[in-house]
Amino acid sequence: MKLNWRKMRALVPTYVVWTIATLVTLLPIWWMIVVSARSRVELFDRPDFIIRSFYVQNYTNVIEDASYREYMLNSIIIATSNALLVTVLALTATYALSRYKLVGSDNIFFWTITNRMAPPAVFLLPLFLLYTRVFAIGDWRMFDTHIGLILLYCVFNLPFAIWLMKGVMDSIPPELDEAAMIDGAGTVGVILRVIVPLAAPTMAVTAILSWVFAWNEYLFAATLTSFNARTITTGLAEFVTVTGTNWGEMAAVATLTLIPSVIIVALAQRYIVVGLTFGAVKD
Amino acid sequence: MRSKRTGWLLLAPTLIILFIVGFLPFLYVLYVGFFDWNVFSQEAGMTFAGVNNYRRLVFDTDFLNAVWLTLRFTAVSVLSQLVLGFLLAQLLTRDFPGKSFFRIVHTLPLMIAPIVVGAIWRLLTIPGLGPVPYFLDRWFGFDYRIGQFADHAFITTVLMDIWHWTPFVTLTLLAGLTTMPIEVTEAARVDGANRWQLFRYITLPLLRPVILTTLFIRIMDGLRIVDEVWMLTGGGPGTATRYVGIHIWRVVFPKTDYGYGSAMSILTLYFTIVICWLLYVSISQKRSSD
Repeated sequence: MKLNWRKMRALVPTYVVWTIATLVTLLPIWWMIVVSARSRVELFDRPDFIIRSFYVQNYTNVIEDASYREYMLNSIIIATSNALLVTVLALTATYALSRYKLVGSDNIFFWTITNRMAPPAVFLLPLFLLYTRVFAIGDWRMFDTHIGLILLYCVFNLPFAIWLMKGVMDSIPPELDEAAMIDGAGTVGVILRVIVPLAAPTMAVTAILSWVFAWNEYLFAATLTSFNARTITTGLAEFVTVTGTNWGEMAAVATLTLIPSVIIVALAQRYIVVGLTFGAVKD
Repeated sequence: MRSKRTGWLLLAPTLIILFIVGFLPFLYVLYVGFFDWNVFSQEAGMTFAGVNNYRRLVFDTDFLNAVWLTLRFTAVSVLSQLVLGFLLAQLLTRDFPGKSFFRIVHTLPLMIAPIVVGAIWRLLTIPGLGPVPYFLDRWFGFDYRIGQFADHAFITTVLMDIWHWTPFVTLTLLAGLTTMPIEVTEAARVDGANRWQLFRYITLPLLRPVILTTLFIRIMDGLRIVDEVWMLTGGGPGTATRYVGIHIWRVVFPKTDYGYGSAMSILTLYFTIVICWLLYVSISQKRSSD
C-alpha cells in the first residue's frame, strides 16, 4: 500500500476517532488491573492510572485460598468437558443432517437454532425445579453437579456449533465418504478418517468458542450450584457483599477470569463475529 | 449403504440433550404456571389455579415496571450502538496502517464474561475509589452517585452495554460494508450525489439486511440482560435498574412462589417472541418490497 501526503491527511479523522475508541475500550480494563495491583490503603487515594508498585498479595491471597482454587478447577472442568461434548455432538449431528435424508431435518436444524433465542431468566425457575426435584435418582440430584452444568451449556452452545459445522459438512463432497465406504470403512471410520481431517479447523473454532461461553456463564452457574460445582464467575460475584468488599482481591479474580478471553481473542479473532451471528453475517 | 437408522442414531444424542435441558423446562414452566405452588405456604404442594397467576400479573406494577425499564434500556442502548457502530465501521472500510490492531482491541469486550464487565464498571464507579465519580466532580463539578440517583444508575448501565456491545455492531456492519459492490457507490458519486444522498439512497438500502440482523441479535440480548447489571448496581437504587431478568431471578424466585414465577417467565417469553416476530415481519416485508 502506497501512502502519499493527501491520503495521510484524509486518514487523520480515522486515526483520531479510532484512537479514542481504543482508549475507551482499554482504560476500564486497565483500571481493573490497576486496582488489582493496589493494597486497601492505596486504593482510597486519588485515582491514579499508573502502577507504581505491584501489590502481589491480592493475587497470592486468591490463589492460596482453597475455595478459589476449586472454583477455578470447576470452571476448567466444566468448560473443557462442555467444549468437547459440543464439538462431538455438532460433528455427528451435522453429519446426520447433511448426509441422511431424514424426515423433517430442516425443521430439526431450525429448532436447534431457536434454542438460543430464549431469555435465560425464563428457564431459571423450571431448571431449578427440575434439577432439584425431578432429575434425581435416589439421593443423587442433578443440582450442584458438574454434569448438570455441562449438559445445560449444550443448549447455548450447540445452536451456533451446529450452524458452523453444517456449513463445513455441506461443503465436503459426499463422494469422498462413498469412496471410503467402498474401501470398507464403516460410518465411524468415515467420520474419523474423512470428515474430521477436513473439518478440523472449524471444529477447533467451535471448541474454542464453546469453551469461552461456558467459562463466562454466570446466571445458571449461580442458580444451579451451591457448593460442589461453583464456578469462577460465581466466586467473583460473591465478592460484592453488604459488609464491604475487598476491591483489590475482587479485581485480581476478575483479571484472572479475563485472561482466557484475551487468549481466545488472539486465537480466534476472525471467527468471533461469525460465531456470534450464526453465520448470518460473514466476515 | 446409508441406512436411516444410522442417521437417527448419530442425531439422537443431540436431540435428547436439547429435549431434556432445552424443551422440557419450557413444557414444565408452562405447566407450573397454571398452579398455586408456594413452598412456604400453609398447604404444601400444587393446587390448580387456572389462569389466576396470569390475571395477577397483568396488575403487578413491579413486573410491568421491570418490563418497561427493560424496553427503555434496550431501545436506548441498541440505538446508540447502531449509530456509534456505523460511524466506527465506516472509518474502517479503507485500509490503513494499524487497522488490524484497532480491530483486535475492539473485539476484546465481546469475549469478556458479562460478570467481569459488571465488575470492571463497578470498579470504575464506586464512590471514593472509582475514577468516574472523582473526575466528574473535579472537572465538571458534577455530583455522580450511582448508588443514590436512579438516572445515574440507568445511564451507567446503558454506557456499560454500549462499551460491551458496540464492537459487535461495528464488526457486523463492517462485514456488510466491505461486501457492498463498490461500482454502485462510484456510479452515484459520478452522477453528483452528495454524502447524505449516498448514505440515504445507496448505503442504507444495501446495508438493510445486515442492519436488521444486527438489530435482531442485539435486541434479543438486550432484553435478557442480567449478569452485568446485577454486578454493577444489583438492580438498584430502589428498582431503577431492576430489569425483567433480575426481577424474576432475585425478587420472584427467592420467594418460592413457583407458580407465579412460572407465569411471569412464560409472559416474559411471550413478550420476547412477539418482539422477535414483529422484527422478523419487518425484515421480510422490507425484503420483498425491495
